[in-house]
Amino acid sequence: MSSTKNIFAVFKREFFSYFNSPVAYVILVIYLLAVMGFCFFFGGFLSTDDASLTRPFFMWHPWIYMVLAPAVGMKLWSEEHRLGTMELLMTMPISPWQAILGKFFAAAMVWLIALTLTFPIVWTVSYLGEPDSGPILSSYVASYFYAISCLAVTSAVSAFTRSQVICFIISVAICLVLTLLGMQQVVDAIIKSLPASMEDTVRFISYLCFLSHFYDMSKGLLVFRDILYFASVITFCLMITHYAIQSKRA
Amino acid sequence: MIQVKDLRKMFGSKVAVDGVTFNVKRGEVLGFLGPNGAGKSTTMRMVTGYFNPTAGSVLVGGVDMLEKPELAKSCLGYLPENAPLYSDMSVVGFLGFTAELRGLYGAAKMKAVDRALDTCFLDSVRNQSVDTLSKGYRHRTCFAQSIIHDPEVLILDEPTDGLDPNQKHEVRNLIKRMGETKAIVFSTHILEEVEAVCSRAIIIDHGKIVADGTPADLKRRAPGADAIHVVIRGFAGSGIRAELEKIIGVEKIEPKSCDDSSFSGRVLSTHKIKPSELALEIAALVSAKSWKLEELHREEGRLDEVFRSITRSDVV
Repeated sequence: MSSTKNIFAVFKREFFSYFNSPVAYVILVIYLLAVMGFCFFFGGFLSTDDASLTRPFFMWHPWIYMVLAPAVGMKLWSEEHRLGTMELLMTMPISPWQAILGKFFAAAMVWLIALTLTFPIVWTVSYLGEPDSGPILSSYVASYFYAISCLAVTSAVSAFTRSQVICFIISVAICLVLTLLGMQQVVDAIIKSLPASMEDTVRFISYLCFLSHFYDMSKGLLVFRDILYFASVITFCLMITHYAIQSKRA
Repeated sequence: MIQVKDLRKMFGSKVAVDGVTFNVKRGEVLGFLGPNGAGKSTTMRMVTGYFNPTAGSVLVGGVDMLEKPELAKSCLGYLPENAPLYSDMSVVGFLGFTAELRGLYGAAKMKAVDRALDTCFLDSVRNQSVDTLSKGYRHRTCFAQSIIHDPEVLILDEPTDGLDPNQKHEVRNLIKRMGETKAIVFSTHILEEVEAVCSRAIIIDHGKIVADGTPADLKRRAPGADAIHVVIRGFAGSGIRAELEKIIGVEKIEPKSCDDSSFSGRVLSTHKIKPSELALEIAALVSAKSWKLEELHREEGRLDEVFRSITRSDVV
């Protein structure tokens, strides 16, 4: 019970800190402009004769999260290191895991708000046609898991450095690799440039990347396997965060 | 309340703290002294559970910090060096957050926050954002979080650093007052603070305890402590210094100014004679010779002299 309260106390502080500064507002505005801009100008939302959001709307999300999720998460631990408040937090009667989860949930909540604010596009497509709600719902779930997986990667990186800029650059680079390696064109190009014996290895690595699981989920199937994949990635990244925090205290 | 045994901390191959052992009881204020880089903050960070020790044990309120860190941390309050704060919060918001982490909610939380604001004279800035506060207020805000749950043990790392003389005086009084019912450890570079506040002091150097005792005990270890300071006026050709040297038990005479008819300086006694007895002997000599005794007092010894004599400074 007290552990839930501790997680909630950390969550509350972290969540309001996003909205006490312009960070959350700027990111939310940029995100909404980006998803809507891509949807209307590059996704051909109005010219596609299809009342589905998968192609025109959701297919751009991974590329946006790749940059914006690290922007939300880069302060998670870097800021604590820089301000010295890490010492304060770690000498409170809470476990490192409670602090990690509280902070992660707060950043994840920012993305939940961001995704919720995209509701006008769903309302628009429902008004213009009769979309299948299954793929829309599963795409939203896939999109959210993608965002918080990028966030978990950023959390792990931020636990190692006190510089938010370094954290941002490294996190974007990791998310970029995890996204690009999931693209069929990139995988094919890599396979072509490597010996034929390496094909299975490349395909396996590609399967471990975010994008292929995102595509599977956004097809309208909430596959347990894909949800488990994203949950494992998040857990693994948070374990690295825990390791980084503990190693600085060892 | 605090039991530290054989505490050792290594950073790579560098030994930061080397076998530190001490106990602090309730009602005791322990001053932690030492040159920069001596291992004071590292020791405090291990006592508060921020650093894991390489070896040794820390018990706070009888609870092992390594075995049950959360329980041990719940009975202590800690003011880290440089008083770190979340700059995007208000004073009252920050204290409310720390109160919640200390398990205080609802009315108990509000009461604790109000008490801490009141104790640390922060009421006038309660709704102000932390990043707009002056250094003194920031320090007091961080101090307030350390006492928010009225802990039995307080660990304060340089609590008066950066404060103006009035604020220093207030904080010292606060520590002294709280020290009557709590076990307090605080580190400082200001030696008069130790004399004013502490019931005991430890001097640490190169990661080891080099002195442990009451401030009065430590002062007695100063070079020249217990010397008799005298100013005597005699007559031309009195030979005051030579006469003083004849007193049995005089080990050494350190004149500040000495001429044919007067003497001013220190007279150090051997262990064979008590300083008070030596003072009486000097007074008797002055009386017998019909000299004038302008000053005669026993020197107490100074903490800064003790500090300098027992800490090996790296500064050349």
